[in-house]
Amino acid sequence: MKDDITRDERVENLKGMGCSRKRVEDARFTQGKGNYVDDIKLDGMLFGDFVRSPYAHARITNIDTAAALEVPGVIAVLTAADLAPLGLHWMPTLAGDKQMVLADSKVLFQGQEVAFVVAEDRYAAADGIEAVEVEYEELPVIVDPFDALKSDVVLREDTVGEDGKPTDGAHGPRKHHNHIFTWEAGDKDPTEEVIANAEVVAEETMYYHRTHPCPLETCGSVASMDKVNGKLTLWGTFQAPHAIRTIVSLISGIEEHNIRVISPDIGGGFGNKVGAYPGYVCSVVASIVTGKPVKWIEDRMDNLMTTAFARDYHMTGKISATKDGKITGLHCHVTADHGGFDACADPTKFPAGFMNICTGSYDIPTAYLEVDGVYTNKAPGGVSYRCSFRVTEAVYFIERMIEVLAIKLNMDAAELRRINFIKKEQFPYTAALGWEYDSGDYHTAWDKALETVDYNGLRAEQEQRVADFKAGKTRKLMGIGLSFFTEIVGAGPVKNCDILGLGMFDSCEIRIHPTGSAIARLGTISQGQGHATTFAQILASEIGLPADSITIEEGDTDTAPYGLGTYGSRSTPVAGAATAMAGRKIRAKAQMIAAYLLEVHDNDVEFDVDRFVVKGAPERFKTMKEIAFAAYNQAIPGVEPGLEAVSYYDPPNMTYPFGAYICVMDIDVDTGVPEIRRFYALDDCGTRINPMIIEGQVHGGLTEALAVALGQEIAYDDMGNCKTGTLMDFFLPTAWEVPNYETDYTVTPSPHHPIGAKGVGESPHVGGVPCFSNAVQDAFRPFGNTHTNMPHDHWRIWKTASDLGLHG
Amino acid sequence: MSKKMHIKLKVNGKDEEFLAEPRELLIYTLRERLNITGPHIGCETSHCGACTVTINGKSVKSCTMFAAQADGAEVTTIEGIGGPDNLHPLQEAFREHHGLQCGYCTPGMITRASKLLEENPNPTEEEIRFGMAGNICRCTGYQNIVKSIQAAATEMNAAKEAAE
Repeated sequence: MKDDITRDERVENLKGMGCSRKRVEDARFTQGKGNYVDDIKLDGMLFGDFVRSPYAHARITNIDTAAALEVPGVIAVLTAADLAPLGLHWMPTLAGDKQMVLADSKVLFQGQEVAFVVAEDRYAAADGIEAVEVEYEELPVIVDPFDALKSDVVLREDTVGEDGKPTDGAHGPRKHHNHIFTWEAGDKDPTEEVIANAEVVAEETMYYHRTHPCPLETCGSVASMDKVNGKLTLWGTFQAPHAIRTIVSLISGIEEHNIRVISPDIGGGFGNKVGAYPGYVCSVVASIVTGKPVKWIEDRMDNLMTTAFARDYHMTGKISATKDGKITGLHCHVTADHGGFDACADPTKFPAGFMNICTGSYDIPTAYLEVDGVYTNKAPGGVSYRCSFRVTEAVYFIERMIEVLAIKLNMDAAELRRINFIKKEQFPYTAALGWEYDSGDYHTAWDKALETVDYNGLRAEQEQRVADFKAGKTRKLMGIGLSFFTEIVGAGPVKNCDILGLGMFDSCEIRIHPTGSAIARLGTISQGQGHATTFAQILASEIGLPADSITIEEGDTDTAPYGLGTYGSRSTPVAGAATAMAGRKIRAKAQMIAAYLLEVHDNDVEFDVDRFVVKGAPERFKTMKEIAFAAYNQAIPGVEPGLEAVSYYDPPNMTYPFGAYICVMDIDVDTGVPEIRRFYALDDCGTRINPMIIEGQVHGGLTEALAVALGQEIAYDDMGNCKTGTLMDFFLPTAWEVPNYETDYTVTPSPHHPIGAKGVGESPHVGGVPCFSNAVQDAFRPFGNTHTNMPHDHWRIWKTASDLGLHG
Repeated sequence: MSKKMHIKLKVNGKDEEFLAEPRELLIYTLRERLNITGPHIGCETSHCGACTVTINGKSVKSCTMFAAQADGAEVTTIEGIGGPDNLHPLQEAFREHHGLQCGYCTPGMITRASKLLEENPNPTEEEIRFGMAGNICRCTGYQNIVKSIQAAATEMNAAKEAAE
């Protein structure tokens, strides 16, 4: 049998790995036919919404719901008193703490959920909320974690034992009643000794401000309890639908097989939709109570004020080096403000996430990290906004410390990085804080980046600009922002990564249909990453059926295999690996079928693009399409009918994507307005599955980095009032503020991943934040600036210029 | 609750008539009353543009307009811009140039872009960025949205030329 097309054409027809396949998701989204949680409508569906606390810290002395129940359209009002008999007035957080579902006699942050009003529609719910009367007795408010650790005020009563001493928390003893945990990595004494005896030491204190992932779609859920069949269906904005099913089962007592959790289309997540929120629980309880489906959807203010802030890390660093710039030690202490409840979404053993990646891309022989988590009267959260667990904080820390050290050494910051990079031949590299970096080639990436932007030319131009500024010829300074980041993503190996005891493996199940098309289901869930497109590409290359013939389905726990969901850039490293491995199981069976059909031994056939061929006789082959049909119509001795496979993949290690970013910025010292003249981003995410999607991820992550570095902030006043509850105050960049980005890449495949892929969605955010920040700081370096805190909004930049005496 | 008002709209070419409270927002009318779920709610304060529709030839954020204010108006949503059998060049261009990711802003984005290209068929990049600044996207960083709109403009101008 002969082909009428070439091998290259066969490869192209598959639309497998490496091609910029257009997205299959886009038809419905561009035509307004997406199906997001707020689009779900069920017969008799009710709408629930919260009475929220106006105070940041108060005792609740009375809740009167009588008037609300008289409001037309109001069906029920739930309070903690209603939930307590069911044990549902508190719920476990993913961080080993617990959180009030509805205020249990006191509130700990402004906007906290106090009562849940269930009504026929949103307007009636809003009327009902107005009519609920809550009496509060104000308590002293603490918004600063350092104050919290000195204060006699007890924020959480469960932190004080009967003996009056602090109780133990989920991660060990408390140092104070408002203290949550201490977490350490590395060697304390040797690090302190190295730093004490070093030739050069640079120190800096920096605050990584509180911000918010703020996806365009807020959080929400629809719960429908079918009392006849005893089945609960829960639709929601869940980045981890299976974990949500398990949590709902554990806290409600409904057996897990009777719960179906569905994540429909999700309008962006960025970490906001990993955790479990009171709204989810209340929609479930309200559906059980009323016997009707109940929808809960946050408005934007609810979203920004209550669900899942990110960062709020007060970091103090010391970095030591020899006179010629070889780094010898790193010390980092973090005071982490977790708000009223510890509701971080980190693997259990990592209460500060992977902050211990803070030695970055550098060969630092000795290091020590200590993180203290603290309660305050601010919203709970501490999620990883577009990053693997706290990696953004870690990379910002080290990339600022490098700059501060460069100033101390009076050395070029690019050169300082270069002489301290982990060398290619050192991989796999075990860092001082414990991680084993799987692969990297930092020098190649860095040199390519510096050369592309003509780094030396830029420095010369900057020098001229400073001279012109001093001569009164210009009022604009020029900053060159550098950042070289190493991420740690793809959590993770079950031996050290779990959430609520659930190992962080992931899964893929494939069914090949008789006519040679397929469906694959995964334990992850796309929120814009394009899984339906890229996972089909992985499979196309693995099993030789066209990507266009493969449906990818995620998010329905009744049909998808168990997985831990999508966040921390784990989909490609973990579920992508499961997809490849399940594909290989399909291929192994297909090989047996092909050998039978070709009447040769199994080992006499080999896979070639879309078929198995007899070795040495390429004209004798069976295509995967033919093999698929044979799987359903041939009685093959020793081979079961059908062609299906499932893989649960426990990754042997994390993956370590890296990249080199350079930003060139002009800053008007009189207005504080920064203008991004150029942004170059080189990413190495290992094997590239879909270059178009990678590039899109980089553009988006950089824009979120720009937002965080240049203005996006969740701020509170001393009374604990959130000052940034709407998009008027919370900065989301528009097309007008965002530059065009230049993207580039190197490819260093992960040695332990089946296809060598590392994940990319979060790299641009992780690397972008320090790059933008460093550009601002670099512009002021010639005038004595060492460090100023983000966000560098126009006012703060103006203030920096003013403090440095640049306004004359 | 106050007295209901009698409201007439023409939505995507179809006449609609109903009684609604004066406080009913147009986005609510579209999504809940008429089951037109293409326009989305993102902020309720006119900042994000996910709810953008066209009313009597102007781009409007339907989350901050009462249905009563639109009485008698012609309303076009993404559903009225193009569908499987008559895709608008913008719908094709957004797919071709990866101008969307999660898709939540996309209906508002394309609805606004369709007006922008009516107002200015040959926009510069700067004009596109300025003209689209009322629509926020959290995923794409806008670069590919700009590219998509430029591509659609080229396509539409070529089609117009060919027709003339």
